[in-house]
Amino acid sequence: MSLAKRIIPCLDVKDGRVVKGVQFVDIRDAGDPVEIARRYDLEGADEITFLDITATSDNRDTMVHVVEQVAGQVFIPLTVGGGIRTVEDIRRMLNAGADKIGINSAAVFNPKFVKEAAEKFGSQCIVVAIDAKKVSAKNEPDKWEIFTHGGRKPTGIDAIDWAIKMVDYGAGEILLTSMDRDGTKIGFDLELTSAISDAVPVPVIASGGVGKLEHLVAGIKQGKADAVLAASIFHFGEFTVGEAKQHMADAGIEVRL
Amino acid sequence: MISVIDLKICNIASVLRALDTLGLENKVVDDPKDIGQPDKLILPGVGNFFEASNRMRSLGWDLLLREKVLEEKVPILGICLGMQLFASYGEEGGQSKGLDFINAKVSYLRSSHENLRVPHVGWNDVSRCDMPIFDSLEGDNCFYFVHSYEMIIQESVQAAYSNYGVDIVAAVQKDNIVGVQFHPEKSQKAGLTLLQNFARRM
Repeated sequence: MSLAKRIIPCLDVKDGRVVKGVQFVDIRDAGDPVEIARRYDLEGADEITFLDITATSDNRDTMVHVVEQVAGQVFIPLTVGGGIRTVEDIRRMLNAGADKIGINSAAVFNPKFVKEAAEKFGSQCIVVAIDAKKVSAKNEPDKWEIFTHGGRKPTGIDAIDWAIKMVDYGAGEILLTSMDRDGTKIGFDLELTSAISDAVPVPVIASGGVGKLEHLVAGIKQGKADAVLAASIFHFGEFTVGEAKQHMADAGIEVRL
Repeated sequence: MISVIDLKICNIASVLRALDTLGLENKVVDDPKDIGQPDKLILPGVGNFFEASNRMRSLGWDLLLREKVLEEKVPILGICLGMQLFASYGEEGGQSKGLDFINAKVSYLRSSHENLRVPHVGWNDVSRCDMPIFDSLEGDNCFYFVHSYEMIIQESVQAAYSNYGVDIVAAVQKDNIVGVQFHPEKSQKAGLTLLQNFARRM
């Protein structure tokens, strides 16, 4: 085997609980993050991503404790994103046990923050999260725009241009979420994923829309992603991470079994 | 007692957590004068070679490590940048000196092979695991990598490789000196086994 394609379960954490919404709204409870992370580790997850979707900064400490507890029991890479705005935020999460940090809205408001973070902590530590939505009409060439604030605010910035810029600024990976697909279970936006994948030289993690195991395969094969991220198919017990990996292996994709 | 060297350029907590989980006695040393007589040394690290190299020299780590490792033969494990620092020199951030334990240089991944995504991130198999650190893995030889630079060895030493388009050095051993490019502290069971092996078999 050469480099394996990764499966990354994603835990959206709100006030210390794992939740999952549809297109970033309509949120339902999925359980305790530490317990769920341990389960995914046992099932063979290649990494785990935590997105803190807590609205207020008061509950930021909750996330730090979650990361600390998980890092003490789970020896695979952990990415933490959501509400990361300062070098101090990054340092805190790394000290708690995160290996990589996802930066989303803060990158849009202050792109130099990505540069600063990459210089300070290294590109391997900085994952720029991009929430993109298709803005072109049916008869127009494909065009995606990036959105912030959990998908609520448009920015007018082209997703492909943005991904290229973020890599120039030091992003070591791109976590790409299609907001049209998030929580819909109809599969990744493959055109978006392959367009970004072709445009940047760093690994791309596809996210948003996984409902079936075939979607994971398509994300790698047609979307040209290096890793696939999914949440609800794992949280609600439809599939285990192990089943997902076996399915990918059967489809001829190199995975760590 | 394993002394874990903290150059204060990165987070070493994961390595400590893994050692604690394995019940391996350890302490952090961030000042060369506190080194004492360690049984084993670990030099962990992610970060920039140039910065680490400067830091090692300004604090006196380079001389101390050469004494401990080359003269007193204390076993040392270098992880990721820690392994790279065993080389003669590195090219990251401008050319700078390494510890020169191994006749090697550290170059940008893409400078030798085209069309590779850099950083090399993820789980990759390690071949030719005939060093003691790879004992009793029972076929589980997949480890987690994240790096943009690679070690290019220029002498005849024991080495293990991973394939990323071409073979890249995944591990190297020369007597009591062993380095791994991947992160055992993040490589689940295989990684913990490797750390255990270093503690017990070297």
